[in-house]
Amino acid sequence: MHDLNRALDKAAAGDRLDRNDALSMLHQADLLTLGELADARRRALNPDPVVTFVVDRNINYTNICMSGCRFCAFFRGVNHPDGYVISEADLHQKIQETIDLGGTQILLQGGIHPELGLDYYTGLLEFIHAHFDIHVHGFSPPEIAFLARKENLTPEDTLRALIDAGLNSIPGGGAEILVDAVRQQVSPNKATAEEWLAVMRTAHRLGLRSSATMMFGHVEQPEDIIRHLMRIRELQDETGGFTAFIPWTFQPDNTRIPAVKRTAAEYLRVLALSRIVLDNVDHLQASWVTQGDKIAQVALAFGADDLGSTMIEENVVAAAGVTFRLPQSEMERLIQDAGYRAVQRDCFYNRLKEVFL
Amino acid sequence: MDTLFIDDNFHKIYEKVTAGKRLGFEDGLALYQSTDLTGLGRLADTVRRRRHGNTAFYVYNQHLNYTNVCLNRCRFCAYARDRAEEGAFTLSLADVRERLLERIEEPIRELHIVGGLNPALPFEYYPDLLRTVKEIRPQAAIKAFTAVEIDHMAGISGLSLEATIGALKDAGLEMIPGGGAEVLDDRIREALFPRKINGERWLEVMAALHRAGLTANATLLYGHIETLEERVRHLIRLRELQDETGGFSAFIPLAFHPGNTELSHLPPTTGFDDLKTVAVARLMLDNFDHIKAYWVMIGEKLAQVALSFGADDLDGTIVEEKITHMAGAQSPKGLAREEMERMIRAAGFRPVERDSFYRPVNEEKGEGIPAHA
Repeated sequence: MHDLNRALDKAAAGDRLDRNDALSMLHQADLLTLGELADARRRALNPDPVVTFVVDRNINYTNICMSGCRFCAFFRGVNHPDGYVISEADLHQKIQETIDLGGTQILLQGGIHPELGLDYYTGLLEFIHAHFDIHVHGFSPPEIAFLARKENLTPEDTLRALIDAGLNSIPGGGAEILVDAVRQQVSPNKATAEEWLAVMRTAHRLGLRSSATMMFGHVEQPEDIIRHLMRIRELQDETGGFTAFIPWTFQPDNTRIPAVKRTAAEYLRVLALSRIVLDNVDHLQASWVTQGDKIAQVALAFGADDLGSTMIEENVVAAAGVTFRLPQSEMERLIQDAGYRAVQRDCFYNRLKEVFL
Repeated sequence: MDTLFIDDNFHKIYEKVTAGKRLGFEDGLALYQSTDLTGLGRLADTVRRRRHGNTAFYVYNQHLNYTNVCLNRCRFCAYARDRAEEGAFTLSLADVRERLLERIEEPIRELHIVGGLNPALPFEYYPDLLRTVKEIRPQAAIKAFTAVEIDHMAGISGLSLEATIGALKDAGLEMIPGGGAEVLDDRIREALFPRKINGERWLEVMAALHRAGLTANATLLYGHIETLEERVRHLIRLRELQDETGGFSAFIPLAFHPGNTELSHLPPTTGFDDLKTVAVARLMLDNFDHIKAYWVMIGEKLAQVALSFGADDLDGTIVEEKITHMAGAQSPKGLAREEMERMIRAAGFRPVERDSFYRPVNEEKGEGIPAHA
């Protein structure tokens, strides 16, 4: 086994970990050690005693999806009676409500709907910007990769068209685990690891920034988690386009993967390791949606410096039977209780509004 | 890798802890006031591992709440009812028998029995209850009646406190749960539970129980109107009695659940506060063997993480918990043995099923390597 102490010393010195260092830490380091190292790294990268969050809403423009990922409880097949494509009236109302609640952005994601073409997407973006001054964080790489194929365009041309129509940034969803052997098992019809990375690379090159995610706790091995982190870190070295990394645990209820739900300690271990390994990604988000408010707050001592979104609306995790709620005022209280100042941010982590309780 | 502390105060405390020196009031307060959560965890974990290595205990138990009728009507309680109020209940001995027989196939090692102060129950009810339980479950230990209930029984038995305890012991009482301590402070008592015995009396009853050879747990109800100073003083009072008697086994911090109580305007405790309270207790209560992370109160996720913050026990598998769930607790009502063990292993600890007195039962040989690191 690779020498754990050598890996820990490297981490404590702020040196970059290689794959074997990271793997031995994931296998052997205890929870508190990972937490201490992650907390130190977090304070070095973000020295201000601030924890940020964004006020936004998840809007799923459709739940019809041809990917049929086995971990998903949200999607409906093409002719399913519960399938929908959002109406302009509903979209308008949801965005108006978001703005009324102090929201600054919407997270706009599907479904990969086989019949929706580029015109639909550019139309959606133009409609939103014609009516509202709001940031659109939309369309994960699998949606963009699919759209490019459908339209017989390169991902670059597709992204250019979306940017021209008003796309402001893209979410890091659909990454799952960036190892094709794992993707074959859990999301065989979705973009490959290379495709996901290629869309991100192109987007970053075109000036469109994004987050990156990882969903773990299904069929992957510890090695796959490390491979995922390394791939994100390599691309970030190349482009610098990732704003934040967001790991979360697979929620198995109502899905077709019979996994046992990962525990809080396992989540915190992976979160902390992500902070230590991803030395070139500025921000790390805690996932209160999957972990609940108590562990999300504790995550602030295990490397996270951001609580993500207040999520005025969330549908995908809720479909898997998990419905934690976290009102903005409560989020602010938790941040202050953890010893930080609560600051509302925009998608690029610019600070908008400091909250004084 | 050296121990990293973000909080500079912790170096001095760490020296005391590694030298086995007792921490004072100021140390306790400094620990509580710090936001260096992993540093605090490291301090507490140092003590925890010295005592218990990587063992984490749990017990296969059953809860029995014999009545919710209660004279005290504490303001933080969502469980109690007046006699004629809707939802009031009292178990007859036949009911008790039935509850126990419902789960008679399960390998239950401990019965945790607590209730309210129901004026309609004569003293004989309590020894009869114990004898009924012992008859049906001779192998399980009976942990029953908080110091508050024992004081009430002494008041109605016509006997001295010592003789009351003697009668209960003769009927099968083996251990005392730690409830009813709340915060051992008169200011808090006046504000929240003026009809309940005060801290002085709670400690007096505990001392008498210890003298009678009964071990007991101790608790702190935190997260309502108490200050950090009051919490630390509470711990010190428990520590002082423990120095005298040695009768306490485990300390159990109880997170206040405001739902359905007169204090429902208060927010729930945070994850930081829950973990800090476990850790500060482990560090201050240097003469207590065990610190319990009671998953019913703080949720199974926090309880699991608390194993790295000084806790060595997750309490029971419990199927029917009423008191906290009536105050809106979101935790499941029971955890299966398999889940309990998986949770412990996934946190890097070795699960050991125990009896009431922390003697291992069915010990397995796992090494506490995470099931999935």
